[in-house]
Amino acid sequence: MRWGRRSADVAAAADLPRTAIELRDVAHDYGERAVLRDLTLSLAEHRVGVVGANGSGKSTFARLLNGLVVPTAGTVRVDGLDTRTQLREVRRRVGFVFQDPDAQIVHPTVAEDAEFGLTNLGIAPEERARRVDEVLTRYGLAGHRDHPAHLLSGGQKQLLAIAGVLVMEPRRVVFDEPTTLLDLTNTRRIARVIDELEQDVVVVTHHLDLLAGFDRVLVFEDGRVAADGAPAETVRWYVDRMS
Amino acid sequence: MTLSLYVPVASPVHRTPAGLKLGLLAALAVALFLVDGLAVVGGTLAAVLLLGLGAARLPWRSVLAQVRPVWPWLVLLFAFHLVVTDWHTGTVVVLRLLALVAAAAVVTATTRVTELVAVVEWLARPLTVFGVRPARIGLVIAMTLRFVPLVAERAQRIRDAQAARGAERFRFRSLVPLLVQVLRLADTLGEALDARGADAPVPVRRGRAGASTS
Ligand SMILES: Nc1ncnc2c1ncn2[C@@H]1O[C@H](COP(=O)(O)OP(=O)(O)OP(=O)(O)O)[C@@H](O)[C@H]1O
Ligand SMILES: [Mg+2]
Repeated sequence: MRWGRRSADVAAAADLPRTAIELRDVAHDYGERAVLRDLTLSLAEHRVGVVGANGSGKSTFARLLNGLVVPTAGTVRVDGLDTRTQLREVRRRVGFVFQDPDAQIVHPTVAEDAEFGLTNLGIAPEERARRVDEVLTRYGLAGHRDHPAHLLSGGQKQLLAIAGVLVMEPRRVVFDEPTTLLDLTNTRRIARVIDELEQDVVVVTHHLDLLAGFDRVLVFEDGRVAADGAPAETVRWYVDRMS
Repeated sequence: MTLSLYVPVASPVHRTPAGLKLGLLAALAVALFLVDGLAVVGGTLAAVLLLGLGAARLPWRSVLAQVRPVWPWLVLLFAFHLVVTDWHTGTVVVLRLLALVAAAAVVTATTRVTELVAVVEWLARPLTVFGVRPARIGLVIAMTLRFVPLVAERAQRIRDAQAARGAERFRFRSLVPLLVQVLRLADTLGEALDARGADAPVPVRRGRAGASTS
């Protein structure tokens, strides 16, 4: 089953510069606990999916990609920029969407929150207003501009969280379980939004259907990449393994 | 529960700069305490209401909603003055406070949080010499307005869940799950702030670079 129209707008997507992420000998531990080990891989594909059991290290991996987590060993580079030393540049290139939209919306009303990242980038007010209008219209939130964010539905909140990241015009967006807290309708809605993105994406998810049109899927197991390849085979391998 | 009291309609009052509105509000507060004629104070209240309901096109409800919490205090105050002074003084005192609360209601209902925050940041600018970052103060205000209702909602959910399992009244222990939720929220929030570029000079630490930003 597909989640929605897969408008893989290849022509438009090809116009954007691709973002390559390189991990070399990466390991990460939280205190005593080794969470990721021996990771050497490069991500250059347009859409990369990440699956794996609870606790297998997916979120830690995702956080490495924009420097929210700095590896305890090895290096992570985004277009050649080291996440350890060029964090600001890395974060401009790689946006991050979390599972719980409530934890990402920091301003009381919709438009104010969408504008937040732009203010941080030091963008001029007129340009900010233009981009906010555009992104809110794109995600059907224009009618809610001045509404308190906490009165939005769960799906709308996640759309706002995504809008707040996309206004900053990152080249790649990392999603950590963006649909886990949502119902079926909203899961489809978010899936469609991800599908239609021109930006490169990395999507960590337990909703395997989300990955149907992806270019590559990584299966995490115990802090290592246990399978890596086209979605059809890797997802099948993973499902067999889990059952 | 909502702390954002902004009422989005187009009016000249809405378009007035936030700094001017806050300045006038402060001036009104001082002026009101300098006069004690019943007619002047009553007239001021009428003018404020006219401004809010007329010029700013605010619905009755939004002004009333903000006056409601102070009613009991006003009644008490009036009763106090009846005993200690006289009804005339009591009326002036009550009307004066009502006028102030209504004026504040008009300002908050016609001004976006971002604009209010910008004024606070501007006022805090001289503090930069002491190492204070005005943008931080602004962010804290905005986040308080955003998260108070959210935490209240989570607390209610926990209370409901406990009631559903037969807890008859609120127990002190129910604060524990709330605390856990709030801490988890704060952790992700710190990361989200980092990811969205809130921190100008980004601190690089080993381990979780984004777990907390101070
Ligand atoms: N901040 C932290 N401090 C200590 N240990 C942590 C921290 N974050 C994660 N861990 C541990 O690291 C391991 C991997 O966690 P991670 O969140 O990366 O897994 P995950 O694959 O995303 O799991 P899930 O599917 O449940 O989201 C887990 O065992 C977890 O308990
Ligand atoms: Mg996770």
